Amino acid sequence: MPWTRNEIAARAAAELEDGFYVNLGIGIPTLVANNISDATNVTLQSENGMLGIGPFPLEGEEDADLINAGKQTISELPSSAYFGSAESFAMIRGGHIDLTILGALEVSERGDIANWMIPGKMIKGMGGAMDLVAGVKRVIVTMDHCNKGGEPKFVQQCSLPLTGKAVVDMLITDLGVFERQLSTGRFRLSEIAPNVTREEIAAQTSASYDE
Amino acid sequence: MSRKYANATEALAGLLHDDMTLCVGGFGLCGIPERLINAVRDAGVRNLTVVSNNAGIDGEGLGQLLRTGQIRKMISSYVGENKEFARQYLAGELEVEFCPQGTLAERCRAGGAGIPAFFTRTGVGTQVAEGKETREFAGQEYIMERSIRGDLALIKGWKADDAGNMIFRKTARNFNQVMATAAPLCVAEVEGIVPVGSIEPDAVHLPGIYVKRLICGAPYEKKIEFRTVRTKEAA
Repeated sequence: MPWTRNEIAARAAAELEDGFYVNLGIGIPTLVANNISDATNVTLQSENGMLGIGPFPLEGEEDADLINAGKQTISELPSSAYFGSAESFAMIRGGHIDLTILGALEVSERGDIANWMIPGKMIKGMGGAMDLVAGVKRVIVTMDHCNKGGEPKFVQQCSLPLTGKAVVDMLITDLGVFERQLSTGRFRLSEIAPNVTREEIAAQTSASYDE
Repeated sequence: MSRKYANATEALAGLLHDDMTLCVGGFGLCGIPERLINAVRDAGVRNLTVVSNNAGIDGEGLGQLLRTGQIRKMISSYVGENKEFARQYLAGELEVEFCPQGTLAERCRAGGAGIPAFFTRTGVGTQVAEGKETREFAGQEYIMERSIRGDLALIKGWKADDAGNMIFRKTARNFNQVMATAAPLCVAEVEGIVPVGSIEPDAVHLPGIYVKRLICGAPYEKKIEFRTVRTKEAA
């Protein structure tokens, strides 16, 4: 049975290490926050200028001056720090963030990612995604293996405008986990969701990858 | 010479003209200089280029200047949640330069710091790199991004003294701090103007050198785009 969205997020959360500074994207990555074990001390960064994102506020304690990058109300922690956008992206671009987990429309077999634009349809802008994939030490993508039309999203070459080239280190879908190897630059299928077969994954993937 | 002005219209008197470039702070609706934006709307100047991370939402913030057709070009990283923006863009009425958020912040920082251009890995191999000079440093490819310097910066702070020293509040700092530096002149609105000496010098987020004119815009309604809460039981 393929993993649910929350199971994908839980698998991604297993990649977090004690002491990590992490930036989470919107969608499945947001669910990662609920799956971090209590034993792992992780600091979440919000690119609009905060380290140490706390949980959603209690009703009545919402503060319009305290939001995450998705413009949702959040809360602060005793360890939180605020800063401006220039410093926020200096820490992203400067390689000080250990890990980012992002959603994607497509990932290519060489680690390219497209997640910001569908020409003629979705014209919203890239926000901080291009800075994150270029600057953060490790990039994990969580996404459904196929789109709503059943077509593969893990492809030979992205058809949509790129967010970054050869930047994805790990891909976690509802069917399994693919890790990109430094030596070859190719992905290797390293884990399979329960009761999913290698053949099923191959049939739903147009990218070439190592077994 | 006092920096204090009675209201946004007076604070902007003599500073606005057609075809100018405005650098505007805020992230979504958080920390936007709403009184100053409304005064720009009322002044009716047109053909504006606006540098801002977002473009407000329909009828709020910069969305007001889109509605009146005063903006010719936006330089932004993200413009979702804005139907009027999408309509004008698809109809070819509005020019848009999409710029990665960190590159936008750094282009403004560089503009304010006298640096004409810089190299970054952000956008390498994407359409952001098209037409831009590239260069290799230590085996890595970088693209050259040019700085941004506007004619006028509009920002929102929390507290300021009459020397212009300013403190921001929580994530409302965002682009306000850097936009203040990216033009020869910055007009700021704050929630309270306090006596000189009441802001601890070590606590100043934005030194008064950047802030030439100041208004108190209180009281603020402060709109929330996405209200998310947890219940006591879950806490």
